[in-house]
Amino acid sequence: MTLIRFKPDPAHVTPAAAPADLLRDFMNLHFPFFPQERAGMNTWSPALDVHDHKDAFTVTLEAAGLKKDDFEISYHDGALSVAGERKEDTDVTERNYFRRERLFGRFARSVSLPAEVKADQITASYKDGVLTVTLPKAEEAKPKNIEVSVK
Amino acid sequence: MNTQTENTTTSAAPAAATRIRYATPAVAIYEDADGYTVEAEMPGVAKDGVQVTVENGELAFTGAKTPRPEGTCLYGEVARTDYRRVFDLDPSVDAEHVTARMDQGVLVLRLPKAQDKKPRRIAVSD
Repeated sequence: MTLIRFKPDPAHVTPAAAPADLLRDFMNLHFPFFPQERAGMNTWSPALDVHDHKDAFTVTLEAAGLKKDDFEISYHDGALSVAGERKEDTDVTERNYFRRERLFGRFARSVSLPAEVKADQITASYKDGVLTVTLPKAEEAKPKNIEVSVK
Repeated sequence: MNTQTENTTTSAAPAAATRIRYATPAVAIYEDADGYTVEAEMPGVAKDGVQVTVENGELAFTGAKTPRPEGTCLYGEVARTDYRRVFDLDPSVDAEHVTARMDQGVLVLRLPKAQDKKPRRIAVSD
């Protein structure tokens, strides 16, 4: 199984202990004119799981605070790709923030499935900030019971 | 301003005795004229799994993860731990009127300022 790209989910890092956050807080406080959004600083990558069931694979992706239509899901050549964008509320201006740990912007993740799936029967649902993609296995990929005949 | 300074050693935490490990949700906190808004990212937590308490000038919230579908895990990055975070509240917050809602894994807390703590425009008389 091939996996493309891995980054630990920033939600599971204690933000107060992250040096980058301390530096950013310090810079915000003393040098508010300093450009804050350096390249790569505000990108995020949601955590994902792959589960194997008898008839299907499920790919779950933790991405809180999106809308259903913010996801772009595609399946091509044995790989599932999920991209999307988390949009920030533009009503809130920079200076009103006390804490700003949430990350916004685009993400893209891709995962190869270990067996053939029925590409036309892939479904996706989004609930409680978790995207679940269900990929039914092709008939030849399902487990089969083989009877042993006794002679 | 000392609003919402982080507080990890809380006396009110029942978790302290059992040493449960929690994940720290990423938050955004911002202020407007009428109060504060706290957004906490807790994907995988349903509305029923959220507990918010305001006690002794402390705001605490926990989120219990709903179990994942059965099946063999082929690859896993998603943490199974519940979420918890505690903040000290500014005295101007009206603790009686704190509201909370869940929006696709994001807990949104509204902490209104008490009426008598809001800045008030005072007319100058002659």
